[in-house]
Amino acid sequence: MSQGRSPILELNQITKAFGGVEALRGVDFALHAGEIHGLVGENGAGKSTLMKIIAGVHPEFSGRFMLDGKETRFRSTRDAHAAGIGMVHQELSVAPDLTVAENVFLGNQPTNRLGFVQWRRMAREAGEQLARFGIDVDPMTRLGDLPIGLQQLIEIARVLFSGARIIILDEPTSALSPPEVERLFATLHKLRNEGTSIVFISHFIEDILRVSDVVTVFRNGRKIAETASADTTKGALIEAMIGRGGEALEHSYTDDLMLPQAGAGSAVLKVDQLSLGRTLQDVSFEARAGEVLGIYGFMGCGQLELSRILFGKLKPDGGTLAVDGAAKTFRSTAAARRAGVALVPESRRAMLFHQEPVYKNISISILDRISALLLKPVRERAIAQRQVEQLQIRPPMVGLDLGMLSGGNQQKVALAKWLTYPPRLLVLCEPTRGMDVGAKNDVINIVRDLRAKGLAIIVLSTEPETVLSLADRILVLKRGAVVREFAGEAVSKDRLLEAA
Amino acid sequence: MASSDSATAPADHKRPRGLASFLRSQMRNIAPFLTLIFLSAFFAIASPSFATIDNVGNILTQVSVTGIIAVGLTFVILCAEIDLSIASIANVTGIAVAYFTLQESYVNIANVPMPGIVAILLALALCALLGLVNALGLTLIGIPSFIMTLAMMQIAAGVSALLVRGQIAYKVPDLITTLGSGSIGGIPWIVIVAAVMLLGGHLVLTYTRFGRYVYMVGGNREAAEFAGLNVKLILGSVMVISAVCSGIGGMLGVAHFGSAQQNEFDTYLLDSIAAVVVGGTSLFGGRGGIGNTIVGLFVLGVLNNGLDHVNIDSFLKILIRGLILLAALIINVYAQRLREQAAD
Repeated sequence: MSQGRSPILELNQITKAFGGVEALRGVDFALHAGEIHGLVGENGAGKSTLMKIIAGVHPEFSGRFMLDGKETRFRSTRDAHAAGIGMVHQELSVAPDLTVAENVFLGNQPTNRLGFVQWRRMAREAGEQLARFGIDVDPMTRLGDLPIGLQQLIEIARVLFSGARIIILDEPTSALSPPEVERLFATLHKLRNEGTSIVFISHFIEDILRVSDVVTVFRNGRKIAETASADTTKGALIEAMIGRGGEALEHSYTDDLMLPQAGAGSAVLKVDQLSLGRTLQDVSFEARAGEVLGIYGFMGCGQLELSRILFGKLKPDGGTLAVDGAAKTFRSTAAARRAGVALVPESRRAMLFHQEPVYKNISISILDRISALLLKPVRERAIAQRQVEQLQIRPPMVGLDLGMLSGGNQQKVALAKWLTYPPRLLVLCEPTRGMDVGAKNDVINIVRDLRAKGLAIIVLSTEPETVLSLADRILVLKRGAVVREFAGEAVSKDRLLEAA
Repeated sequence: MASSDSATAPADHKRPRGLASFLRSQMRNIAPFLTLIFLSAFFAIASPSFATIDNVGNILTQVSVTGIIAVGLTFVILCAEIDLSIASIANVTGIAVAYFTLQESYVNIANVPMPGIVAILLALALCALLGLVNALGLTLIGIPSFIMTLAMMQIAAGVSALLVRGQIAYKVPDLITTLGSGSIGGIPWIVIVAAVMLLGGHLVLTYTRFGRYVYMVGGNREAAEFAGLNVKLILGSVMVISAVCSGIGGMLGVAHFGSAQQNEFDTYLLDSIAAVVVGGTSLFGGRGGIGNTIVGLFVLGVLNNGLDHVNIDSFLKILIRGLILLAALIINVYAQRLREQAAD
């Protein structure tokens, strides 16, 4: 639908490097009015970097940047804003202590002639805008009191209705439930028909194919292909993304999958009647040695809090927790670690030291096992080197600062730090979120190896695919309570979604 | 696993280390050093009495007390915390050691004389206790260190006031007198003590597990917690280390100045913080170290000493020091940003 018209945004030969590492190499990109442009590519392929250049986050790059046919340079996100470009970043960036209305109007509250904020008008308009998006909340509620998925929708709504003519959405659906995704897509189509241009980045290729008119594929900092969505298939896109036959890699999990009959593994973790405020109610379950327990639920169902309790970062209000039959009350994460519990949280930023070399990131959790008082750097590096080779972390240099690695490799480092002295119980939050197909498969294989070694593993995720690809037994968590257990029976994406 | 190319960062075949990039990432170490060389050269040219052996000895002696206090403060700032009670704790510890020593009859203080070693141990216990209060306030109650140590600054000053009641004490245990004002082979003991403590601090930070933990907690506190470190224990420890270093600095300082009285150490708060920060230790934690603090100490020492050697309005000195500190802060924050860009 874009042939023959000149694009409103045109980038030529964009190259961008971070500290000598080229994230983009000579990329051309064009966006037309009234077009939804999907971007796909593995982690580190350069999608987000290109979008951040468009949104003024990275003002320094080489290449030509044309907006409305005129050469332009944004020095900041403010410049991009003024030019009508809005972006929703991958990470939630809202002000939880402000009201919903203030968040919707963040930065441009309606004011009267004296400069005072017009609260009533702001609340009314915010309410109207959100209602258009199918969100029914009191605009004067504190945003932080709402579930995370709703917060993300409100952030998206803020950008969609800001009047921007170019809207960039970076992984907008990862925290949303299926009905919320439907509403988002309907709104995007409406905006497109009104002439807005939208860039949509997602790892969910079905979503890209459904919502976008044109798809561009990135690989290794280069643009590999651009095609109309109607002319391509999921398999073809995956192949273009990773450069080899991809169909076998990505299961769709729409068909029934048979969970194995319960093994003979002993219960490593026993959780009984755990509760936490309004977040968790009477949660009871076991995690067994040599088994992967999947815990599935929508964003805000209490998964995150549950994982924090297991690792001693949050204290439950009630209930008991036992590791290998011994009751435990963790006073700190250090106590949980000593009891043999390990956690990989969902956010890489929260669990890694980006300015420290890879080997220090790997050794941090085991320093007390390899050194009493003095550090043993040679031993540390040797241990790290072994993990890096085993997990195929690239580049395989343990002295490199972690920040130089791509997201998928960082995720492997986060796993690696628990593997030298394997814990009794490994808790993984969203272990494959935002990862490309290849890295996802690597993680799946690592988890299977660990299971074979007799670890008890818990995988918590809001993505049904993640749970289905890893788990031997699945619990469904809904509003803080376990509502369904799948064990030794058939399960599919549909059945999971239905239960949640 | 067949994904050797799929999980590959663009970093794969390029070493991300050009010279420019290296210099940018090292700016926090290079800039203070250049400042030191520049200031030294400037004063050496401006004043014939500056670049003499005697004056180098003066500078070393002048920065010793600050140096001892700055050792502990370096630990605190590396953890991205702050300790505003250092000068107050130094003061009260110096006063305490004199309080437990027999004073001359004309000193009108109701003191409690003890044997020298007991007096020293009691004074050390006092500063450790005050540090422990800081630590508990910070970790258990959750008071930000800026506010917690602000309160401690007043508390320690209050204890000082009650002990000396506006009077001045002069006698301290012999060991303290020797270390504070004696010298051996022409080298003042206080310089040796400062050097030993700085070296000790450096060894702990660089070669021990605890030192690594300090850097990791400062680099990313949440990640440290997710790695199963006892973050509160580490934060509490650095507050106690800071208080004990301040206490030692305070005791030796009292011997060095020859008297113990209220408000004696007030200027050391700013000087110690300035030494650590001017040296390039990051205010955001995780970067820097004792090496930086030593350079920072010399920058301040050369500046203070050099301004006395050139003919300059003594009231202008204060302003100049403030401007130098501001410049250092700008470099400190800017260096952090450059480094983050380099590692983005």
